[in-house]
Amino acid sequence: MGKWDKLQAIHLDVLKEIGNIGAGNAATSLSQMIGKKIDMEVPQAAVSDLNQLVQLFGDEEEVVICISLEVTGDTPSNVFFILKEQSALQLVDRLMGLLPGTYKEFDETAQSALQEVGNILTGSILNAMSLMTNLNMQPSVPAFAHDMLGAVLSAALLERGYFDDKALIIETRFYDEDVVIDGYFFMLPQVDSLGKIFNSVGVSL
Amino acid sequence: MYYGEAVVKDKEYKIGIAQHKTCKPPDKLVTLGLGSCVGVVLLDKVSGIGGMIHIMLPDSTHFSKAINPSKYADTGIPLLLQEVLKMGAKRNNLHAKIAGGAQMFKSQSGSSLLNIGERNTEKTHEVLHSLGIRITGEDTGGTVGRTMILDCSLKKVFVRTVGSSPKEI
Repeated sequence: MGKWDKLQAIHLDVLKEIGNIGAGNAATSLSQMIGKKIDMEVPQAAVSDLNQLVQLFGDEEEVVICISLEVTGDTPSNVFFILKEQSALQLVDRLMGLLPGTYKEFDETAQSALQEVGNILTGSILNAMSLMTNLNMQPSVPAFAHDMLGAVLSAALLERGYFDDKALIIETRFYDEDVVIDGYFFMLPQVDSLGKIFNSVGVSL
Repeated sequence: MYYGEAVVKDKEYKIGIAQHKTCKPPDKLVTLGLGSCVGVVLLDKVSGIGGMIHIMLPDSTHFSKAINPSKYADTGIPLLLQEVLKMGAKRNNLHAKIAGGAQMFKSQSGSSLLNIGERNTEKTHEVLHSLGIRITGEDTGGTVGRTMILDCSLKKVFVRTVGSSPKEI
């Protein structure tokens, strides 16, 4: 896809830095929610295709949950969180103040709780990014899926109207100290949003 | 030294998103985790020669730069047909099996989700109909992800979902 050709190392660095600030803010929010320290890896930014994205995790048939949100405003983007099934269940237990292992399936309450986590994390990421770039970013209502990674990941893009073979992906992993909660955060800015993002921080595309 | 055919282990090939491949006995083709995407198998029920494609979107004509034909139902299925025939499948023996086309995400109102799975399934039906290929097995729609397996030796197609064993379609 020619439209990604203009991206150089400096652009990816800028996106990583923006991602870092957003993710740091989100880690703090999540820590406060569950009363436990959450770490984030340094975000990666790269142009990759869907098959590569799936391979990041390894196994297409691994069962995961995904919370997906759409970002509207100056810079339309897609945001999603992916957690392994067991991580997500543990997260729900912590959010509800229950003993680990209490939740065994994702009922309505568990789904709402996870969607709320998606809302709060996305909100804190977008707040940090808005402050840095002075751009307006609004998250949509979150959507929930629980199934095989491959099915969930492709649908996260397609059902949000993201039809490209390749996507620019800003990605980071977050986990708690004993790695019981282990998940990924992804942000995919639409191609038209990139110019605005770079302009706002004084880098030309 | 003699290595009979029986010594050679059957090969299983993986079909990624927007990819396709042909195969013949004793090999297998598998595509993992179909969500809103649709998997299509064309199979010669006599020779076991067949092929599989993992389609992402219904219609290439809606896109100005549709580079990869395997990504779309309207271009991918005819391409697969061509290649399966080239492998030696007989057109009169061909039939189709399809799987996928689910709606994976649910949300409260106010969130705009596309039902791309349904559109993929509809277009797949339309394209196969226009090519005159009968669909003899189908597991589409709903809200579950699916893995599709073509076993050329058995001349059978199986679908697997989370927490259940493979079933033939």
